[in-house]
Amino acid sequence: MLSKRLIACLDVRDGCVVKGVQFEDLATAGDPAALARRYDAEGIDELVVLDITATIEKRRALEDTLRKVSAELFIPLTIGGGIRSEQDAAAALDAGADKVALNSAALEEPALLTRLATRYGSQAVVVAIDAKRSEDGRYEVFARSGRTATDREAVEWAREAADRGAGEVLLTSIDRDGTRAGFECALTAAVASSVSIPVIASGGAGTFEHFYEVFTDGRADAALAASVFHFSEHAVSELKTFLRARGVPVRL
Amino acid sequence: MIALIDYGAGNLTSVRKGLAAAGIDYFTPADPDEIRKLSGLVIPGVGHFSATRAITAAWRMSILGVVECGIPLLGICLGMQYLFEGSEEAPGVPGLGLIPGTCRLIPSIVKVPHVGWNDLTIRKPSRLLADIADGTQAYFTHSYAAPVNDATVATTEYGGTFAAVAERGNIFGVQFHPEKSSEAGLRILRSFATISKSPHFQISK
Repeated sequence: MLSKRLIACLDVRDGCVVKGVQFEDLATAGDPAALARRYDAEGIDELVVLDITATIEKRRALEDTLRKVSAELFIPLTIGGGIRSEQDAAAALDAGADKVALNSAALEEPALLTRLATRYGSQAVVVAIDAKRSEDGRYEVFARSGRTATDREAVEWAREAADRGAGEVLLTSIDRDGTRAGFECALTAAVASSVSIPVIASGGAGTFEHFYEVFTDGRADAALAASVFHFSEHAVSELKTFLRARGVPVRL
Repeated sequence: MIALIDYGAGNLTSVRKGLAAAGIDYFTPADPDEIRKLSGLVIPGVGHFSATRAITAAWRMSILGVVECGIPLLGICLGMQYLFEGSEEAPGVPGLGLIPGTCRLIPSIVKVPHVGWNDLTIRKPSRLLADIADGTQAYFTHSYAAPVNDATVATTEYGGTFAAVAERGNIFGVQFHPEKSSEAGLRILRSFATISKSPHFQISK
């Protein structure tokens, strides 16, 4: 049976792993290559490296960091942050990434998803969507690390991105990010039931129970977390044991 | 020395790293004549089946020629599908036809593409899976899959049963990505390295 995936996210700034609360208040958490090795040994299914300052400073994702992270890693690795062109994607893939995640650039130029999917295959193209619940209950899509509102709605944008060639959706709840209050299952379920490509839920992981909720009520195919994994030893294997005991298929 | 065939279907960085980690000496030949004196061939690939059009008639003849001499061939993902007669993803684009059957779209009763870690059910003794336990998980990412037949040595369930690993004489194919399947994947690549170092035999016709 296809397993639900657990994905560790390394938010990297200036070569160091940091973790934000609602995208602000960054605190240093560790060396990305060391963390990557630890997660791999603990049985994480996949890694995402997000260069969180890349888009704002118009700086390309740190290829050096990527090379170090991917050097001894034999699980899928996704890079996000600053991928604005086919050249950026090519550089990231050459540095060891298997997939590139596009957020602001895809919103500005949706055709970029198609060009990358044509060149590298849809499996290498992830659309990253940061969404925030608005007062009328819609999920509004934000660009530029949650700073810029767009007129897009999350489900509609996810559908379009999938049609244009994205192979996965990395869906972050801005409201829940860094709060440890649980994933926003309603958002995840709305997107997951509207697209045929896998949906990775992100933002809000705090307890093992939260992962169970997002894999069941939230209909997520994968769940991504950062601090839950960063600050405790053996969290990955304990979480997998917990999920399997609750009937969620995971890779042990 | 093993030849890694680069026909432009996706990025090969991870495959290169995986082969190196498995202790495989490889190079990427620029010309089909360069593959004649090698101990093995790897055909990787991701994306649309029509990408295999980039494998020209000269390359096809060269690949089929060395395979007929008993040189081991490993197809990975799209490279495995290319071992078959073709794929309904690109009707009219021929595969190598080394294994009978046509690759088909995964039924839409499940999410397509199939992305993630799934179980290998071992069906037959296999040289490629010599160090792999039944039920081992591997990382898949694909929308089309190869049919189960006599050459199938391991299957996976997703919207039905498909051939996850095919093996016939010196011809091997894996639908998943061994270079992305952690330690189990590297063991499979090491097995291929061992096979390619052992004396080759002529396959019976």
